[in-house]
Amino acid sequence: MLSISRRSLGLLFAVAVAFLPALVYAGEWQLNMTEGVTSVSQSVFRLHMVILIICVVIGIVVFGVMFYSMYAHRKSRGAKAANFHESTTLEIIWTVIPFVILIAMAFPATSTLKKIYDTDNADLDILITGYQWKWKYEYLGEDVSFFSNLSEKSRQQIYSKAPKSADYLLDVDEPVLIPVGKKVRFLVTAADVIHSWWVPDIAVKRDAIPGYVNESWTLVEEPGTFVGQCAELCGKDHGFMPIVLKAVPQAEFDAWLAEKRAAATAIAEAAKQQLSFEELYAKGEEVYISRCAACHQDNGQGIPGVFPAIAGSAVATGDLASHLSVILNGVNGTAMQAFAEQLNPVESAAVTTFQRNAFGNNTGDIIQPIDIVNFQQDQ
Amino acid sequence: MAHGPAKGFTRWLYTTNHKDIGSMYLWFSFAMFFLGGFFALVIRAELFQPGLQIVEPNFFNQMTTMHGLVMVFGAVMPAFVGLANWMVPMMIGAPDMALPRMNNWSFWILPFAFAMLASTLFMEGGAPNFGWTFYAPLSTTYAPASVTFFIFAVHIMGASSIMGAINIIATILNMRAPGMTLMKMPLFVWTWLITAYLLIAVMPVLAGVVTMMLMDIHFGTSFFDAAGGGDPVLFQHVFWFFGHPEVYIMILPAFGVVSAIIPTFARKPLFGYSSMVYATASIAFLSFIVWAHHMFTVGMPLFGELVFMYATMLIAIPTGVKVFNWVTTMFKGSMTFETPMLFSIAFVILFTIGGFSGLMLAIAPADFQYHDTYFVVAHFHYVLVPGAIFSITAAVYYWLPKWSGNMYDETMGKAHFWLAFIGLNVTFFPMHFSGLAGMPRRIPDYNPLWADWNMISSVGAFLFGAAQLLFLFIVIRTIIGGKKATAEVWEGSHGLEWTVPSPAPYHTFSTPPEVK
Repeated sequence: MLSISRRSLGLLFAVAVAFLPALVYAGEWQLNMTEGVTSVSQSVFRLHMVILIICVVIGIVVFGVMFYSMYAHRKSRGAKAANFHESTTLEIIWTVIPFVILIAMAFPATSTLKKIYDTDNADLDILITGYQWKWKYEYLGEDVSFFSNLSEKSRQQIYSKAPKSADYLLDVDEPVLIPVGKKVRFLVTAADVIHSWWVPDIAVKRDAIPGYVNESWTLVEEPGTFVGQCAELCGKDHGFMPIVLKAVPQAEFDAWLAEKRAAATAIAEAAKQQLSFEELYAKGEEVYISRCAACHQDNGQGIPGVFPAIAGSAVATGDLASHLSVILNGVNGTAMQAFAEQLNPVESAAVTTFQRNAFGNNTGDIIQPIDIVNFQQDQ
Repeated sequence: MAHGPAKGFTRWLYTTNHKDIGSMYLWFSFAMFFLGGFFALVIRAELFQPGLQIVEPNFFNQMTTMHGLVMVFGAVMPAFVGLANWMVPMMIGAPDMALPRMNNWSFWILPFAFAMLASTLFMEGGAPNFGWTFYAPLSTTYAPASVTFFIFAVHIMGASSIMGAINIIATILNMRAPGMTLMKMPLFVWTWLITAYLLIAVMPVLAGVVTMMLMDIHFGTSFFDAAGGGDPVLFQHVFWFFGHPEVYIMILPAFGVVSAIIPTFARKPLFGYSSMVYATASIAFLSFIVWAHHMFTVGMPLFGELVFMYATMLIAIPTGVKVFNWVTTMFKGSMTFETPMLFSIAFVILFTIGGFSGLMLAIAPADFQYHDTYFVVAHFHYVLVPGAIFSITAAVYYWLPKWSGNMYDETMGKAHFWLAFIGLNVTFFPMHFSGLAGMPRRIPDYNPLWADWNMISSVGAFLFGAAQLLFLFIVIRTIIGGKKATAEVWEGSHGLEWTVPSPAPYHTFSTPPEVK
């Protein structure tokens, strides 16, 4: 059954190609939903194909009758109009037949839905939090958490400063890893607006809603890398918050967790060092471009009426404590997030130093990582 | 006593004549159609290739939002109200609408609402950028300042729609000619009667939800703010309780138009008149109990998902009845294919395709893959463009000779049809593919995987846009002059509107006709 429908889609594809001129981008012409790699995604794919084929068959019958009348019963061929205009029998037939088809369709749909909702007995829980415009992943009970942003490589390609790679807008700085062969439960929520965590290959799409924790799950048997995107309009950079999910063998997964924990310790150590102004400024510029520029823009001018400017702003040139408070704690009720949990003390110190000296702000202030640590302790 | 229209601008400002008001509604809708179409072309131009070339993401979001709002509230709804104003009194043998002064008011507040909405584009922070569905808290806590103007504009549009609906109900129930029983009314009148009830039921819900937003933004309440004990999902429930009937508000009158045109050009009475009436009423009823199928991914409990899935699948039944009736009306007819008939046939085929993808979307597990992708964009554009827009276009070609007294140029009409038909399919059919291949909607930039389909869609969109300029030209040319139309206009036409001369006099049926 599946092969027939692929052929009919292939036919549509051929018509489309014949119809249209050659195209610049030699993409893959993917026509259909992905089958994916999990038993859930494959059930979903089968449902999709069955309902599609039902629709195509009904379409062929109905449009067939219609095209036949348009050909045979046209006035120019001398057709005389009949005068029938009612038939209770016909009306009953074409009410009952669709009803039976729908009931037949409802059974597999219901059982697949039940499977999707069975989130019990998971081996691993990952808390996923949507932020404007990044994802935070927390491995519950493992003491590992991190943010995942659009990769710098893709960011460079947006305005065609560099040629677009195959994974353009679908790659991140920190992928989320899961072990193969284990049932992984996703707990999905959001910190600001509504997002939606979607990875087509595992057929998981769950809205990330502030104040809610939605559940979903997956079980991937073979190692692989799967990409997805935020699926709910969440503001300016909605199109720029991808998801990269990697399924790896358990041993590799454990090693990765250990590495993440070690990195966290190293960051705490690094917070004790003293850095020069130049080091802070250079590092700060990097952090600014990847974390701040989406709203405040590369030139620090912001977007009038939407996102405030950094250049010449009262915050970035005024009292240091209130500047730190804005960066680290965010501003309630606005798009300004609390960066304390996204940036380590070195990054926070660097970006604060950068903001207070770049764009003509020239305050001459130097903020060291230890200042950040002290500020957070004093709060 | 019967007299002609006043002269000058005040004729239009003070008019209580249903034909004048109908014309103003139609012209207003036509203007909004071009404005909304312009926004759509900005979107398609940006999506022509991957990368950001023409607009910035924030402005892109303003374009998708304004395109949706202007097309739904500015183009489609006023066009159907315009058609109702012109045709309902003439179809039931009434001299005018029941409440002519309110009729004037319900039209004249619309231009102010849309002027206000459009002015947000020039405000600091820009126009609304949160999608036409304006989900909180993106549309409240995180919205640009212009959201307040948007809320006020929606209130005015809602008031206009409610007044229009009351007027239509009052006219149909009280002003039918002697002998015009309910089950003798043309189907266009029936579908509008039911639509008007839908409007009265759900426009206050829309007004309620935007008022709650207003309170959240300016008065410190937390209806939709989780941090204050509110609930962002509540917003979606209330919005879609309005939103789902709203989509039937945009399609039921289209059913009525097509049910008038197909019998005329098949020269055969409409098949299954009474089942058409009952099917329309069933669809209207079902529209109130399926709203959460727009929210399958918000994390409703399993039982809730199942209830909404089953209820949604049921809609296929009355909708199928309609399609089967239209096809059977054509069967063994004596068909000719003038422009209104071409648009109506395209309506039946393409609306049915939109119905099929709707049935696919109803299957909740599959919806997890379709939801918020271009597959959904393809679905609702297949329902709304060949559905609402094609039926409005068909209605204009069908009744324009009655309105203006002149025949349009058939060759040009057919050229318009084929350009629009090809443009539409080239634009929206590939969106099924890009959506199934995983492209989310409402994104200004995308992976090269979807580049080919997007380029095709963009080419189609500009073709469709150009076709509508031809439409504008044809309409103006027909109003200015052309072959004189007879009273019947069409060989197979039936109904009271064809018993009055063309153009229809300023006042018709001052003495009620006798309907046998």
